Amino acid sequence: MNCRSEAMLAVLHTVLLHRSTGKFHYKKEGTYSIGTVGTQDVDCDFIDFTYVRVSSEELDRALRKVVGEFKDALRNSGGDGLGQMSLEFYQKKKSRWPFSDECIPWEVWTVKVHVVALATEQERQICREKVGEKLCEKIINIVEVMNRHEYLPKMPTQSEVDNVFDTGLRDVQPYLYKISFQITDALGTSVTTTMRRLIKDTLAL
Amino acid sequence: METDLNSQDRKDLDKFIKFFALKTVQVIVQARLGEKICTRSSSSPTGSDWFNLAIKDIPEVTHEAKKALAGQLPAVGRSMCVEISLKTSEGDSMELEIWCLEMNEKCDKEIKVSYTVYNRLSLLLKSLLAITRVTPAYRLSRKQGHEYVILYRIYFGEVQLNGLGEGFQTVRVGTVGTPVGTITLSCAYRINLAFMSTRQFERTPPIMGIIIDHFVDRPYPSSSPMHPCNYRAAGEDTGVTYPSVEDSQEVCTTSFSTSPPSQPAALGPGPADLAYPVVFAAGLKATHPHQLMVPGKEGGVPLAPNQPAHGAQADQERLATYTPSDGARCAATPSSSEDTETVSNSSEGRASPHDVLETVFVRKVGAFVNKPINQVTLTSLDIPFAMFAPKNLELEDADPMVNPPDSPETESPLQGSLHSDGSSGGSSGNTHDDFVMIDFKPAFSKDDILPMDLGTFYREFQNPPQLSSLSIDIGAQSMAEDLDSLPEKLAVHEKNVREFDAFVETLQ
Repeated sequence: MNCRSEAMLAVLHTVLLHRSTGKFHYKKEGTYSIGTVGTQDVDCDFIDFTYVRVSSEELDRALRKVVGEFKDALRNSGGDGLGQMSLEFYQKKKSRWPFSDECIPWEVWTVKVHVVALATEQERQICREKVGEKLCEKIINIVEVMNRHEYLPKMPTQSEVDNVFDTGLRDVQPYLYKISFQITDALGTSVTTTMRRLIKDTLAL
Repeated sequence: METDLNSQDRKDLDKFIKFFALKTVQVIVQARLGEKICTRSSSSPTGSDWFNLAIKDIPEVTHEAKKALAGQLPAVGRSMCVEISLKTSEGDSMELEIWCLEMNEKCDKEIKVSYTVYNRLSLLLKSLLAITRVTPAYRLSRKQGHEYVILYRIYFGEVQLNGLGEGFQTVRVGTVGTPVGTITLSCAYRINLAFMSTRQFERTPPIMGIIIDHFVDRPYPSSSPMHPCNYRAAGEDTGVTYPSVEDSQEVCTTSFSTSPPSQPAALGPGPADLAYPVVFAAGLKATHPHQLMVPGKEGGVPLAPNQPAHGAQADQERLATYTPSDGARCAATPSSSEDTETVSNSSEGRASPHDVLETVFVRKVGAFVNKPINQVTLTSLDIPFAMFAPKNLELEDADPMVNPPDSPETESPLQGSLHSDGSSGGSSGNTHDDFVMIDFKPAFSKDDILPMDLGTFYREFQNPPQLSSLSIDIGAQSMAEDLDSLPEKLAVHEKNVREFDAFVETLQ
């Protein structure tokens, strides 16, 4: 874990906090009730910042895993580099055989990371505070976008719920999402092949 | 206009706005308590978690909010405001932020009350959770304790921003359109807080006519009293008990319909399966002791289920009983480096080791220095190496660990190499002249709380008694005997040469 990873996690968790609901429980006659989403504060170790995330260990683990892979990819690319992570919310559209299901994104969040080497402890301390302030701005931006209420998929029927939500988690239900990232080195060229890692397998069901 | 809204929708909307206001206050005040907040997700819906979010209800806070609202709802020109301020131990106070829940006239006639408005209010609460951690007052509130405390005040009516000083900033948390108006939640906060960390709230006289508006008395005679952002268990010193939150017996009874979206939502409570309570401890306060929150019957649990009129689909499921024993501390409770000490911490822990030992140990100063130590007593000899522990020592010389017994003047090389430097030869008092006195403090140990801590243990046992087989006279004796018996042994071995050879062959 480092400054970058924590900042990334803070952003991802904040977005997913807004894009997760409680688990749906369908009943007869097309009604459903929704479970309760708990939240918890997370203090960052490398940044002066606290963020709120959904109380779901599974979700936290999934995000930490991909952030870890992103961190490793950034490190392996060497020196200064640009990294970009995309969190994409999508809906599945069933297609007839032999075509596979379509994944139609309806919201994409992109986080760009610029790697800066910090030589001294003083630089690190300054960075710690600066990144904290920057993160505050980012959270405010995220909240602003969320509250535009631009588009949300319609609440699905029971048969359609897996086309809209990720129902695989035990305690919460985020909208279907996938995370991918891309690293470019200082020259602006993609490092070997573009690395795309999918957290959610589109064929999971 | 309200004519477009049917009476049930209107009733629902009023209920949603009321509980949204109450939950907003809870989120804001809890975010200023100085502790990390943690609530658990529950996959089964509960009847009492409004907006499908696990937000604890502190009864005192809800009581204050209801008192401020006095049965009204936020409307145009009537805003609900939560003022967060800071008060130093010297009595100076300063407003930090004002959170405003307002309503304007812009209506959204098309929006569905029971479904869309409800979900958007839920989203707005999530945004509030995120934003309350981002304003400058959050970091201040996490450090409250010795020098200052954070207070809150709820009032209803016109927003008063004068106390925030010049250049305050605002952040909009979000808006939700409803058929009767648009709900807006925003925060205005003081930005010039940087001086606080360096000045430590010193009072300075006005400079050249510039009005210092930081430390002022409450300018509003009609303002409601300030309250500390902490929580007292009901029935504590003040003698005031606050009723459970849901004294109006309003149950968050919402389930949703999917087929088709235009149908009204049917209402019914879900199985009541409450999450465990948020456990937090208020930071140290000058005047208020901190308490742990383990209420017997917490807000959020309705006293009796109240089925709405058209709740045809109500599943008559049992009410949850709130189990305070579930109040296991989650990771959010104080483990951070902040100066939080809770009642729980001081009463927990350090159980059995204390029970074993009497706490009369006095540590020695210096690793290799002997100083007369006071008498020590042991109530029990169940500690390991009890026989080596100092008992009733008056003279250092009597300590078997300090002075190995019966050391002769001439030392064999063997003996010398096995003794530690601090205890070779006679009294170790002779050796300490060669060494610099160091106050031995092993890392991560405190030596004034547990008597038998690592440092004490190390010091006590670093001079073990000499092994008897290594003492010179015994050693010398056995050596002589060995030498004498050698020829005999050799003769015996020579006789059994063949046996030995056969044995060796079996090994190969």
